[in-house]
Amino acid sequence: MKTFLALFLFVAAAVPESQTLTIKGSDTMVILVQQWAERYMAVHKETTIQVTGGGSGTGISALINGTTDICASSRPMKPAEAQKLRQKYGRGPVEIKVAKDGIAIYVNEKNPVSELTIEQIRLIYTGKVTNWKQVGGSDAKIILYSRENNSGTYAYFKEEVLANADFAPQTQSLPGTAGVVNSIARDVNGIGYGGSAYGKGIRELKVKRDAASSAVAPTVKNILAGTYPITRFLYFYTKSRPDGAVKGFIDYALSPEGQKTVSEVGYFPLR
Amino acid sequence: MRSSDLYTRKFHVSEFLAEKLIAATAFLSFAVIILIFVFVFREALPIFSSSEPATHDEAVQEEVETYGEEALGEASQLRAAEEKERRAGSIEHVEGNASLRNLLSTDWQPVSGEPKFGLLPLIVGSLKVSLIAILLAAPLAILAALYTSTFAPKRVKEILKPAIEILAGFPSVVIGFFALIVLATFVQDLFGTMYRLNAFVGGVALSLAVIPIVYTIAEDAIAAVPKSMTEASLALGATSWQTALFVTLPAATPGIFAAVLLGVGRAFGETMIVLMATGNAALMTFNVTDPVRTMSATIGAEMAEVVFGDTHYNVLFLIGSILFIFTFTLNAVAEFYIRRRLLRKFRGG
Repeated sequence: MKTFLALFLFVAAAVPESQTLTIKGSDTMVILVQQWAERYMAVHKETTIQVTGGGSGTGISALINGTTDICASSRPMKPAEAQKLRQKYGRGPVEIKVAKDGIAIYVNEKNPVSELTIEQIRLIYTGKVTNWKQVGGSDAKIILYSRENNSGTYAYFKEEVLANADFAPQTQSLPGTAGVVNSIARDVNGIGYGGSAYGKGIRELKVKRDAASSAVAPTVKNILAGTYPITRFLYFYTKSRPDGAVKGFIDYALSPEGQKTVSEVGYFPLR
Repeated sequence: MRSSDLYTRKFHVSEFLAEKLIAATAFLSFAVIILIFVFVFREALPIFSSSEPATHDEAVQEEVETYGEEALGEASQLRAAEEKERRAGSIEHVEGNASLRNLLSTDWQPVSGEPKFGLLPLIVGSLKVSLIAILLAAPLAILAALYTSTFAPKRVKEILKPAIEILAGFPSVVIGFFALIVLATFVQDLFGTMYRLNAFVGGVALSLAVIPIVYTIAEDAIAAVPKSMTEASLALGATSWQTALFVTLPAATPGIFAAVLLGVGRAFGETMIVLMATGNAALMTFNVTDPVRTMSATIGAEMAEVVFGDTHYNVLFLIGSILFIFTFTLNAVAEFYIRRRLLRKFRGG
């Protein structure tokens, strides 16, 4: 019995050598986080990282319930969620900005309109401007496409571009950026938004901060320089200040090497 | 003799175990359904229990600790500062108040400064799409069932029946994607509708999922019509068409009705097809060429990112409960009432 116990203790003592880290959250970020995890594990053989999606909200609630070490989120944590976490653990979440993402405005390639101001986009999406003629296009009704209200992109667009106003009720919401891009490619009068995509049949509009400023296209250069007006951060959240393996992984993600992965996957590095 | 006794006793033990195991599995599925039922209703309950809106202690909104900010470049720092300012000034997350008045309004804006949980457009949306689907699917499926069970030569039947039934095993994502890419464009070119994705496109796509269900059950019902009835009709000089339309079909009516009800239930609960094909705009109109948002699509789309435990979450479960009650009632009516009537009719006849 004693030898068994000793053996068990010996094995138990040996276990911490290999650690398992779980990361859960945003579907937008899954590919990016997976890439980071694979490259990190290739160097740090003792660490196993499990990456799952499910959505930013799912990730945040998993963090609150203690079933994930790191939560990946494409939107900032809401105060109500931060408060829940604080109630449970007595300390607040730690926010880590890990990458940047630009949000492009798409139209059909046959649409003559090439640029809009933020103000115009807001008026279009809140249903105050309903005809392309009103923003310099042809005389046709604007067909609004949006992401579902569960997406971090939706939440960001609503806050940043619509200044928290409600989307017009006739806005059609589709699951995933691919759905939006596909629909606009087939709808001459459509408008939509999402991550930079190079789908066939669509065009990305240049966006002006206001009527006086110049129109900026959502190119890598402009997003990196911060001149393109609609960019957002992608986040990691942890329960407490990162340490141990968590810190190791996060530091890797923020390192120049980790940030190089960001651009390879199609997002934008912090620097 | 003794050895055979032993053998039979042993056999009985294993039979007894197998029997109990199978019974346990059956009861387990029953228990699982009950548990799901309880879970869905329990999660929806807080809406009714808290009469006053849940108030958050927003005053204690502390600054969120950050880490690794030194990795930010100059442009990012500027952006982060902007973002922080915007967040401080923005309207706080509001739980919203799911009062009866709010639930019965015509706006579905659950993520908003003042969340609106109007269920009416969603209910109208579900009904509209299901109605279109069943109006298209039922006649086709019933006529197909009539053909394969009464007219079709054996060879044709052997090909047709499995082919239609295979359609039931089609992943709904595939049907939805087909509707989103191909069908929507086709319908728009054909009718010149303003919206590519609308209730009609959703209904047509949904009918593809409903047809095999209605077909299979209707076929069973028609096949169950006693031979004596059809033979009597033919003996009296009726043609096979007359027999099919005026004898077989009426005799199978209860079963066909059950098939249609189950089809409606399937249409009502289907999520992926409508999520992809209907445009998901919560409009309260009865126009079939407007986009529409159904109850199931709403749950499917919003559940993943909702703040767990808040009013929006509870409202989604309320929608789930409504769906549950609706399909449960339909299935119960189809199963108990109509099946029983069917039996009585045949025994009495």
